[in-house]
Amino acid sequence: MATAMARPCGEFETNYRGDQRVFPSRGSAFWVVGSIVILALLPLGLPALLGAGNVALGVIASSAVMIAALYVLKIYFGVTMGNVLAIAIPGAALFAMQPDGLTPYWTDQLILIGCYGVAALGLNILVGFTGQISLGHAAFFGFGAFASAYLSNNHGIPVVLSIPLAGAMTTLVGMIVGIPAARIKGLYLAIATLASQFILFDFFNRAEWFTGGSAGSLAESFTLFGWYLGSADRYIYVVLFWVVVMYLLATNLMRSRDGRALVALRDHYLSAEIMGINLTKYRVLSFGISSFYAGIGGALYGHYLGYVSVESFDILLSIQFLGMIIIGGLGSIAGSLMGTGFMLMLPEAMETVVSVAGSMGLADTTALITALAFLKEMAIGLAIVLFLIFEPDGLAHRWQLIKAYWKLYPFSY
Amino acid sequence: MSFTARDIPFTILCVAMLGALVWMFFLNPLLAAQLSINGLVIGALYGVVAMCFVLIYKASQIVNFAQGEFLLVGAWVCWFLLTDLQLPFFWGFLFTLVFMTLFGIALQVIVLRPMIGEPIISVIMVTIGLSIFFQALMKWMFGVFVQPFPPIFETSTVNLFGIMPVQTAYLFSLVLSLVVMLGFAWFFKFSRMGLAMRATAFDQQVAQSLGISIKVVFAISWAIAAVVSALAGVTVGIVNGVSSELSFYGIKVFPAVIVGGLDSIVGSIIGGLIIGLLEGMAQFYDSEILNFGNLITVAPFYVLVIILMIKPYGLFGTRDIERV
Repeated sequence: MATAMARPCGEFETNYRGDQRVFPSRGSAFWVVGSIVILALLPLGLPALLGAGNVALGVIASSAVMIAALYVLKIYFGVTMGNVLAIAIPGAALFAMQPDGLTPYWTDQLILIGCYGVAALGLNILVGFTGQISLGHAAFFGFGAFASAYLSNNHGIPVVLSIPLAGAMTTLVGMIVGIPAARIKGLYLAIATLASQFILFDFFNRAEWFTGGSAGSLAESFTLFGWYLGSADRYIYVVLFWVVVMYLLATNLMRSRDGRALVALRDHYLSAEIMGINLTKYRVLSFGISSFYAGIGGALYGHYLGYVSVESFDILLSIQFLGMIIIGGLGSIAGSLMGTGFMLMLPEAMETVVSVAGSMGLADTTALITALAFLKEMAIGLAIVLFLIFEPDGLAHRWQLIKAYWKLYPFSY
Repeated sequence: MSFTARDIPFTILCVAMLGALVWMFFLNPLLAAQLSINGLVIGALYGVVAMCFVLIYKASQIVNFAQGEFLLVGAWVCWFLLTDLQLPFFWGFLFTLVFMTLFGIALQVIVLRPMIGEPIISVIMVTIGLSIFFQALMKWMFGVFVQPFPPIFETSTVNLFGIMPVQTAYLFSLVLSLVVMLGFAWFFKFSRMGLAMRATAFDQQVAQSLGISIKVVFAISWAIAAVVSALAGVTVGIVNGVSSELSFYGIKVFPAVIVGGLDSIVGSIIGGLIIGLLEGMAQFYDSEILNFGNLITVAPFYVLVIILMIKPYGLFGTRDIERV
């Protein structure tokens, strides 16, 4: 079973507190908070601000700021200096690479990773933790985007509120779609959700009052009490906020009674039912939660682009979502984000490969550029197949292996 | 098997469908007849493709989401042999079939064999990954535009019963479908390999203990599915031209197999015919009354969801689906 990452049901720590922890160790909590600190400092362009012209000076000054912040965290979490250095060194390298704040390209990529990452986490709760299969996640992602745009355009609800409201609306739709899912499972469920993907896609095309039909609809940009946050370098903080909240919620869910019920349902649904878990309730609930995540992700995505069109939410996106969680690791919360990063960077990597191949004269450049769109799609398909054959537990598992290697060095056990 | 309260929703559905079918002939008999015949011909092709899908599912418990790509690859290879290499139709067709045999076996051995024993999500995703890969590969190699086949039949249409023009290629595809179906029936009833495959589908361990090589059975079932799908692909290509649209047949297979029952070969053929007819009806009501414009593409999926709700094992499937 490709779920080695997620703790199977019935496996407990030695004490009750250990079971109730959000993070498995203080070190991992420190890592998460430290990475968020660096991500928050990165777009500000600290080196340029502090160094005022001298890049080297700026990098040193901003690294000092970062290390000071990490040191405060170190005292709070009580971890070793090695942990601080392990985050600070790549952090300093990032500051040195992007001294004027993130370049627009990387800001864009990070925002997209955030939006898709939230939705991918929702799918991972459904597939990785509950063991249901959904081939219609893109439809929910799209529904969230359209719902948020609709609420803010037609009902004058500020975007800050329309994003969670869109999440709630998507939850409702997801639970309606989830009702047949409560009765069927496995392969039949995959086919049913495939059908719902097509039906919802058709609904988007037809419901002009809601989505603007095939023309699409405009989405307002994000403002908070008149404070404009729509530009990419500010919007990244909105996305960062939601990513942190949603990932913490998911981690918290998994240590709760309901989260454990979902995992029990995945591992052995008959036993789970005998233990008193209401299968129908939790299957529908799982669909609801996953749609909520998809809705939030979609709403963030829609307000970032400023324009929502139907074509982007087709079956290929659903498959990409599944690819993200498989590459990241089914049943792993951090893996969802890693997989999203991998999946979104893959087309970019293909572009680099093509341009390098072109500049080295290995291939005809113009032919390759026309082929690029297809090469990207092929890379997605190939990545899914290769990961399933060679690393079915995903990047999260690989990451665990790397960590274990460093921890145990020079021994292998 | 007596009529119980559980059968009421399904009966209502059947009566409604039949009513819609009859009413269609009252509204506009000629158009209705034409669309039903077209629907049945397309439905026969769906049935053939669905049969391959069921074959793979029964033999190796793998849900093949890349079924449509078999049609696509087969049609493009045949098109390439006929136009670029200027082979006569017979030889081009034959080489296509040989190629597809090897293709199916290679796919099973390289990609699907490591997946034996993996959870269902992995198996589904592998075939989906393959489908994306081949779809993009075909677009890259042959372009995104529809390419017509060189003319193969001397007359493009024949008049059926003196009044109804029907494309020769449609008749060809109908004959081909019938031949394939009869071939399947013979294969599974009388041939040694077919019996071995049925035994494998029934119980893999018992089959293995009786000396049947499961590996060979799996490979052969993929080869047959690839070849027969390619036949369907070439046929559709002759009628509509070859394009990436062909891979959509792989998705249309799902309504057909669910209606017929996932593990029934007869059911898949009947399911295919029903879905084809349903599409004809959807097209009729769409153009005559509703004017939605795309009812034909979504109607099968609505039926699919309804069937899954009220009769998930389909018309002929085994009733072992657990209801929770």
